[in-house]
Amino acid sequence: MNIIQQYEAETIAKLVAERPVPVFQPGDTLRVAVKVVEGERTRVQNFEGVCIARSNKGLNSNFTVRKISYGEGVERVFPLYAPTIAEIAVIRRGDVRRAKLYYLRGRSGKSARIAERPRDVPKDVVAAE
Amino acid sequence: MRTGLVAKKLGMTRLFKVDGTHVPVTVLHLDEVQVVQQRTQEKDGYNAVQLGWGTAKVKNVSQPNKGHFAAAKVEPKRKLVEFRVTEDALLETGAYLSADHFVVGQKVDVCGVSKGKGFAGGMKRWNFAGLEASHGVSVSHRSLGSTGNRQDPGKTFKNKKMPGHLGQERVTTLNLEIAHVDVTKGLVFVKGAVPGAKNGYVLVRDAIKKDRHADAPYPAGLRASAPAAAEPAAV
Repeated sequence: MNIIQQYEAETIAKLVAERPVPVFQPGDTLRVAVKVVEGERTRVQNFEGVCIARSNKGLNSNFTVRKISYGEGVERVFPLYAPTIAEIAVIRRGDVRRAKLYYLRGRSGKSARIAERPRDVPKDVVAAE
Repeated sequence: MRTGLVAKKLGMTRLFKVDGTHVPVTVLHLDEVQVVQQRTQEKDGYNAVQLGWGTAKVKNVSQPNKGHFAAAKVEPKRKLVEFRVTEDALLETGAYLSADHFVVGQKVDVCGVSKGKGFAGGMKRWNFAGLEASHGVSVSHRSLGSTGNRQDPGKTFKNKKMPGHLGQERVTTLNLEIAHVDVTKGLVFVKGAVPGAKNGYVLVRDAIKKDRHADAPYPAGLRASAPAAAEPAAV
């Protein structure tokens, strides 16, 4: 492990200790609690939608959440380990066969639904963590 | 004027701050940075300190350099550089420099050898606009355009910006901010990008266009002894 990887591993360990990262995959519905600073006080704002992509690159990992807001598609990319995120909650596990669900952008309504994955998480997911 | 430091560029990462913001940083490694020689006004005609970085295998050190290191009573170094200093900032030979030579928030200049780009055209090398994409332009969309006038003066002036070799030259980036310092590991985190490729050597000095930071140690941030440093170097 080189020095940068080591630094990133330590930083990740520290950040995860403060705010754990749950096991989730593309297709899962997430509720991301984001800390918003308004003047002097901070409050927590929820962003709920489908995770359509994950990018795993150590400390720089991020994930994309898509939701439909007042009929308009909204996507937001979050750094996975950012301290500005108060909590990531998995609401529903989706059954998908793609790593990147960009095809959802062109769809709406019934065709944009994702089937629910059976309750038991497949073994490879557990191993991946 | 105090000495700078020689460091190895390890690459870039990001730093999450307490307030939740994050900073893109370049990680610079100080491995056993030690004073190898003093240059003095009486002897050399100018004041400077010669610094060495890392440790070199003895078999790879040239015979003259072996003598040079032996005279200074230091282990052979991988890289030798010199920094001009004022007389009161001269350092003892053999002194180890520490990462807290720089304080968080201070501005530094970083010198390195930029990545070679080979033979580059005018658009990449000099930011020329090139020719248009249409309106009758054929084949020469990335060409220079005109390089001069007509029969008078009848020549292209010297120093006209033209295609040629780009990169692999000494570049200094001014006024970069120190974002974080790790003394035990000998790491300096500089905000933003630094010239050169990974594993290249860079020179870091106090920004010449800013006053020295009030908390910066003068004449230098020294480390007490060698053993404490030997351990992180092995990591």
